[in-house]
Amino acid sequence: MHLKNGVIMSFGAATIMLASGAFLAFFAAALASEPLFSAHMGILCLVLLTGTILTIRYTDYGDKRHAGLHKALFKDTKDGYMDDVVRFGTIATLFWGIVGFLVGVIIAAQLAWPFFNIEPYLNFGRLRPVHTSAVIFAFGGNALLCTSFYVVQRTCRTRLWGGNLAWFVFWGYQLFIVMAATGYLLGVTQSKEYAEPEWYVDLWLTIVWVAYLAVFMGTLMKRKEPHIYVANWFYLAFIVTVALLHVVNNLSVPVSLLGTKSYSLFAGVQDALTQWWYGHNAVGFFLTAGFLGMMYYFVPKQANRPVFSYRLSIIHFWALIFLYIWAGPHHLHYTALPDWAQNLGMVFSIILWMPSWGGMINGLMTLSGAWDKLRTDPIIRMFVLALAFYGMSTFEGPMMSIKSVNSLSHYTDWTIGHVHSGALGWVGMITFGAIYYMVPKLWNRERLYSIRLINWHVWLATLGIVIYAAVLWVAGITQGLMWREYDDQGFLVNSFIDSVSAIHPEYVMRTFGGLLYLLGSFVMAYNIIQTIRGKLRKEDPIGGTAPSMVPAE
Amino acid sequence: MSFLSKHAFIERNATLLLILSLITVLIGGIVEIVPLFYVKNTIEKVEGIRPYTPLELAGRNIYIREGCYLCHSQMIRPFRDEVERYGHYSLAAESMYDHPFQWGSKRTGPDLARVGGRYSDEWHVQHLIKPQNVVPESIMPSYGFLASTPINTKGFEDHLKANRAVGVPYSDEMIENAVTDLRAQADPDADTSGLEERYQNVTIRKFNSESSELTEMDALVAYLQMLGTLVDLEAYKQNESLR
Repeated sequence: MHLKNGVIMSFGAATIMLASGAFLAFFAAALASEPLFSAHMGILCLVLLTGTILTIRYTDYGDKRHAGLHKALFKDTKDGYMDDVVRFGTIATLFWGIVGFLVGVIIAAQLAWPFFNIEPYLNFGRLRPVHTSAVIFAFGGNALLCTSFYVVQRTCRTRLWGGNLAWFVFWGYQLFIVMAATGYLLGVTQSKEYAEPEWYVDLWLTIVWVAYLAVFMGTLMKRKEPHIYVANWFYLAFIVTVALLHVVNNLSVPVSLLGTKSYSLFAGVQDALTQWWYGHNAVGFFLTAGFLGMMYYFVPKQANRPVFSYRLSIIHFWALIFLYIWAGPHHLHYTALPDWAQNLGMVFSIILWMPSWGGMINGLMTLSGAWDKLRTDPIIRMFVLALAFYGMSTFEGPMMSIKSVNSLSHYTDWTIGHVHSGALGWVGMITFGAIYYMVPKLWNRERLYSIRLINWHVWLATLGIVIYAAVLWVAGITQGLMWREYDDQGFLVNSFIDSVSAIHPEYVMRTFGGLLYLLGSFVMAYNIIQTIRGKLRKEDPIGGTAPSMVPAE
Repeated sequence: MSFLSKHAFIERNATLLLILSLITVLIGGIVEIVPLFYVKNTIEKVEGIRPYTPLELAGRNIYIREGCYLCHSQMIRPFRDEVERYGHYSLAAESMYDHPFQWGSKRTGPDLARVGGRYSDEWHVQHLIKPQNVVPESIMPSYGFLASTPINTKGFEDHLKANRAVGVPYSDEMIENAVTDLRAQADPDADTSGLEERYQNVTIRKFNSESSELTEMDALVAYLQMLGTLVDLEAYKQNESLR
């Protein structure tokens, strides 16, 4: 896209890329060696064709037909930062968040009431990766993309490097999400958890990710500040480590260059450890380091206080990225993985507790002197809850990595509850807070449409998470104890199916917890849409006015 | 702590920050993963492990496609209750030809590492068509469509070739006969002498009674029925201490 008087005139390069992509996809669909690949390439062709038509349709041919639209979407903020891509990213984050939470509620309902399964495309086994990828990669990934672009420009006081490359990163990433999700529904998966997309989608993501690294590094290189701000250390470590993890874990040999199926390069025990080296660091770098970067910018900004400790940030940054990588084997306790690897994984997981809490302490203590804002500012509430859930789940994680605890918790719903207190509590809440902070600035509004609605969101989400995590503790411990329960005669007491029936009430309640969280995200979407439309809700400030002094009688 | 003041040097150099971060994250992975490829006792020496027959491999691919691994583990831990419930604990050798591994991480349903031979073919077929008909409290989805979906056998030898490329010892003969072997394993009337010679302990029968055609159900049930049956565990137990 090129800018003229601040208004986009044409999408020439984009149209050509999309059209030739659609053309290639059409041929791939026609020549496919199997029906699944044909279907998947057909979907790709349709998506790219839609993109082609949209770019042609909204090109301005000098008659300024779409000038209003272009002005609304593609303008820079007054500081000359490239913020249109951040605006798109914010909307994408909201959209994918709702999709991810909704699919989560659906699959939770499937576990409580199996008649919600619709074979073959909407069975639990195909929808579950849609849920996990939508929340981690689509919601979390877009949040990381747009906040990292927002933060890096402001902390380096420079425009994004690479011009339209940032647009390629954004749209390329959306294409990755669509291809991954439609693939899961069709049954295209390589069965590695959180790395399910097949080889051709993986290759595409690699290209997009390298472009992302280039934009981010390029911006750091041309910064006008002498120092690189701490938030950017975390973003940078996240981007480069995810690249490494993604490439190594997805090494595979495709059956045909015109087919979906590939066979992983590694097998059995080596494959298992490579996968959980990847899997745990998807948590460690995607869902932790990246979001800590977000925390280091938005919490001090919203609280209007400096980061608590510069030294702590140095120590916990290097400790965190060094230690996280070792923690993978705790997903494989008591399996056929050699004991030495399991023990290493356990020891490092426990040590990891410390740098994790270093981040939490640095975030919470940043509020010293601003704690009164907790009473009046629901965005600060959101951030404090995020940090509290971060602290909680980074204590629970090391505890569950202790082999004797893991022998009970592994394979049960306790793990699922743990993951959700991290994902809904930490990742979700910190993202919501960041979006609430950014939106009025991005769209140049005085404030959000409603501050009180944020408070509704805070409590709906918190209640949802608390219910979710608590019932899955009960469910997980129930399962673990029932599986190992012996009677006086030395016989196992329960058949497996007994443990399934026993936790039906918990499965129902967890669905309800998820539903509350989803409702919260609807409240947020309404608030954000109204803010973008320029509306302001008339309402009393939270906490009221400070009580006035009354003279003593 | 004066060394912390030196950190300012890294903070002013983006390339250095990138390189140091990369080195920091490489260490753990290298120390933990690389030895698994070289330390000899990582994978036990056992008798009986062979590559999957084409039909079993096709079944395994259906197992992956449907996301079975999301609810069923294939990894029995060495605990009294697990060994009594599911059988001998899993050995690393049992998944040495699994590209990718299917150990799983969650037991919404029971472990399947040794499900082979525990139930009849007919039980599996009816259970997959509608789990609640066999286990009323089950929360498993239905997979009835497998019973009527024919297997796409076209070019199946390429699957064996790809497996050979990543280290599974499929012979030229196995690759050449992939499609014939795939069809023969579920066809009691076929000449199966070649198949039996190529794959020891292969089970040959019509697995899906619901269709006379060769269906995805045949492949999936053939896979489930061989799970955990290859290794001679009695022989392994006698030499266990030698490992």
